[in-house]
Amino acid sequence: MGIRVNPRTTQRIAKAVIWSAAVLVLLLLFTIIIYILSKGIPHITWQFLTEIPSDMGKSGGILSAIVGTLAVTIVAIVVATPLGVGTAFYLTEYTRESGVTKIIRFSAESLAGIPSIVYGLFGFIFFVTYLKLGWSILSGGLTLAVMILPTIIRTSEEAIRTVPPMYREVSFSLGGTKWQTMTKVLIPSALPGISTGIILGIGRCVAETAAIILTAGSALQMPTSLFSPARTLAVHFYILASEGISLDNAYATAAILIILILLINIGANLLINRFVAKRR
Amino acid sequence: MKKTMSEQIKISIKNLNFFYNNKEVIKALNLDIRENEILSVFGPANSGTTTLLRALNRMTDLTPGARMEGEILLDGKNIRSPDINISELRRKVSMVFEVPTPLPMSIFDNVAYGPRLSGVKNRVLLEHTVEESLQMAVLWDEVKDRLHNSAMRLSGGQQQRLCLARILALHPEVILLDRPCSGLDPVSTSKIEESLRHLKEKFTIVIVPHNVQQAGRVSDRAAFLLMGDLVEVGLTAEVFANPKDKRTSDYITGRFG
Repeated sequence: MGIRVNPRTTQRIAKAVIWSAAVLVLLLLFTIIIYILSKGIPHITWQFLTEIPSDMGKSGGILSAIVGTLAVTIVAIVVATPLGVGTAFYLTEYTRESGVTKIIRFSAESLAGIPSIVYGLFGFIFFVTYLKLGWSILSGGLTLAVMILPTIIRTSEEAIRTVPPMYREVSFSLGGTKWQTMTKVLIPSALPGISTGIILGIGRCVAETAAIILTAGSALQMPTSLFSPARTLAVHFYILASEGISLDNAYATAAILIILILLINIGANLLINRFVAKRR
Repeated sequence: MKKTMSEQIKISIKNLNFFYNNKEVIKALNLDIRENEILSVFGPANSGTTTLLRALNRMTDLTPGARMEGEILLDGKNIRSPDINISELRRKVSMVFEVPTPLPMSIFDNVAYGPRLSGVKNRVLLEHTVEESLQMAVLWDEVKDRLHNSAMRLSGGQQQRLCLARILALHPEVILLDRPCSGLDPVSTSKIEESLRHLKEKFTIVIVPHNVQQAGRVSDRAAFLLMGDLVEVGLTAEVFANPKDKRTSDYITGRFG
């Protein structure tokens, strides 16, 4: 016979444990963010935002890195979203479970676990050297696209699977074709989930360093086309900090990076909420 | 064309055998469905009633492992012949499902969904179709002031009438109803049954009722299915008053099922 504990006591202990876990995580998160923002924000000036780096980043600003970050991320998202969402729709709607779907799913899951430096090496060999795209925004963006593809496929697939099966039946029963059902019912219903995958992908793109250094380079000048080499904020931060060029500017860059990610998340959430509110 | 119940055959089912993964669920079934009648197809669970209904507009095509033998003729034309456009077939022979399923969009967009799929873009025409369909489904008065609110907020009974309006907007010829009132309260049920009595003048209706009483209330003719066999079919009053088969009378009087 075990010791009988009053269920109410168990309940209280469970509540305390769960609460403290949540509070601890929040504290940790806020400590990091507040630490970086407090160290970085004092060094952010208008000049810092609007000038390109000079003297290896010791002085000047980070405008070229902001542009580089946005450009590389946009290329990656524009390439990976249709491919990933398309694959997810193929897996869920256009084929029945078979050897092929298992192979695709297994590959995607394996790819998700590979460290980013390996993607960097692949991008360097394939895009930079073999396709002769050089160190460029295009090479970097394509490499990141390959890297975030598994995330987008898996989250989209999950999102599509949670659309109630009856919606499909209803759409078909009203004379809808597969394509009409997909574009008018499935995509709108799965959109919040699909966007979650895309936002996760954006986060990984913005935060990536290793794969970027190998494929987009670390040029300081302002990129002028997709074929220009570029430095992203994360790379800039990494180089400033690791080579001890300027810790103040490194923190300022990190602060900008955090603010940028926050803005992207808030913006994406607002868009999704506006869309979903109409359909509830 | 006569407006009352005619002798004209709308759908003719000939020697239909239906299988799911080689398990036979409908056995050598022959049945004619007449124009402008309400035919109820009733029987205990797993008797093949839903399958029969879904076979009529080939919704069964969507079920993996489903296989059909025999012929189903709509106005004399085999619905499985290669030149049948399946979207057109489903617009002509439309279905309301057991679970009310509005699509996650506004009331207006739900009713306009079918017409839009077939290419109707004219706003005035769409508005007219939506109003007319909602009127026929006895829902217009309850929703006319909030057509652009989400359909998900309607009550269960309203949702099911919306589903009815949604197929009426397709201007179908045959309406299939699969236990349309099984989850509804008596008031909603009587509203749907009331609209069916009006709709009969324009459409041919096949209903799988959720209980024997409903078959008795709404239908002109009734067909009793048991384990995939068509046991008996005839005028509802006759089938109920003096069933020819003992199994039918046992089921109707509640001795099993």
